[in-house]
Amino acid sequence: MLDNQPIHTPIDVGDGAAIPHKSDVGLFTAWRIAFFGSIVLCLFLAFGRPDQYMAIFMFVPDGILITFKVTVGAILLAIVFGLIAGLGRISSNRFINGTASLYVEVIRGIPLLVQLFYIYYALGRFVKIPDILSAIIAMAFCYGAYMAEIFRAGIQSIPKGQMEAALSLGMSRSQAMRQVILPQAFKVVLPPIGNEFIALLKDSSLVSILAVADLLRRGREYASESFNYFETYTVIALIYLIMTLFFSKLISIMEERLNDGR
Amino acid sequence: MTVASRPMIEVSGVSKFFGSFQALNDISFNVSDGEKVVIIGPSGSGKSTILRSINCLETINSGRICVGGMDVSNPKTDICKVREEVGMVFQSFNLFPHKTVLENLTLAQTVVRKRNKNDAEDIAMELLRKVNIAEKASAYPAKLSGGQQQRVAIARSLAMNPKAILFDEPTSALDPEMIGEVLDVMKTLAQEGMTMVVVTHEMGFAREVSDRVIFMDHGRIVEEGTPEHFFTAPTHERAKLFLSQIL
Repeated sequence: MLDNQPIHTPIDVGDGAAIPHKSDVGLFTAWRIAFFGSIVLCLFLAFGRPDQYMAIFMFVPDGILITFKVTVGAILLAIVFGLIAGLGRISSNRFINGTASLYVEVIRGIPLLVQLFYIYYALGRFVKIPDILSAIIAMAFCYGAYMAEIFRAGIQSIPKGQMEAALSLGMSRSQAMRQVILPQAFKVVLPPIGNEFIALLKDSSLVSILAVADLLRRGREYASESFNYFETYTVIALIYLIMTLFFSKLISIMEERLNDGR
Repeated sequence: MTVASRPMIEVSGVSKFFGSFQALNDISFNVSDGEKVVIIGPSGSGKSTILRSINCLETINSGRICVGGMDVSNPKTDICKVREEVGMVFQSFNLFPHKTVLENLTLAQTVVRKRNKNDAEDIAMELLRKVNIAEKASAYPAKLSGGQQQRVAIARSLAMNPKAILFDEPTSALDPEMIGEVLDVMKTLAQEGMTMVVVTHEMGFAREVSDRVIFMDHGRIVEEGTPEHFFTAPTHERAKLFLSQIL
């Protein structure tokens, strides 16, 4: 009797690399061709053309670590910002609701690159923190606004009866939110958050302009010394591609696990 | 006047608007301790709205509702305290799908009543046995039939030891063969002396179990009386028409 269960309407927010779908079966899926193709291509370049490419592959890995740090740091912080702002967006308190909505509207109306410059230099004016940290805060502040909309949609996708049932058992609104609504909403928002993670991984390349030595920055450094622009950016693009494809697969596996897990 | 001598639920002069639509028009009735009141009427007559107003899931525009001496309509009243004392059973069950049957029963006990986990589980198991579904304690609601879910929902509300339970069309979403098992549980509760306010279309239940029937139409109470009176000799034309259509 599954038909009596509340149906979570799937929400579709965000962009980023397409997360492979379960129905994508067969040996030659687009994901497999792209993922294994780029790995093979990397190996071929590194070992087949070692004089041009080997040095690049030796030079850029520090950047991968930084890119990864920025992405993970920013997504975690963005989830915090997004959850707070998302709850604010559904609050009946006018001030809280207004503030949260203003944050979302302002942030979404300014290009990410402009925001990065702005927040980075604004932060730099008042506090002395490492470049990478201010880059993370800037990215998170921006992505938090998009995340807020995901959380808002996710919370609102939970049937009203759930809140009413919790309230009628004597729970306060915040108890009901924590115990009943959010645990269900997290499951709904996981796919779009996964999408945001992939998008953020790619957008993290923007921090290379902020003196943060991420993957792209390391590539630029190498290219400007060696003048091997084409070769360097080929490698950089391949590494980004492998990372996004890897994580999109990981996220889709996590989602499947979560859906089977009950 | 002492609290004990007052009715458990007092509804006096309640009106409620949804925009310009008047859902409730000057509704007054009392429910005393241990009394079973059934509210019937055509859809859109306001019967669910008045029920939901009693535990403040709807706010009323005028009038007064008191539950156990607490004024629900007063914004200063701690509404959670009222809801602790008044259980509610919904048409759509509203079990928590991310929690097992047992956890559905223990959640509010531990969070609201501050019982420890073991006590809460003992109480929960006892109630699940009472509604004949103890074997499903570790199952998730999605694995249960509608009738089973509704019995769990009743047990969940009982776990809070409410002084009264409100039933909002508890059998309307059920397949016909499952209605009986839910009504049986409700009859047992009635026999044990639980104060109940039931919105339902189950006339058999109303006739057999209730002490009083309230018939509503267009947001007003049209007729009120014993089931005997209501089902055999209704005075109002609208009630006669309704009964001729439904019986």
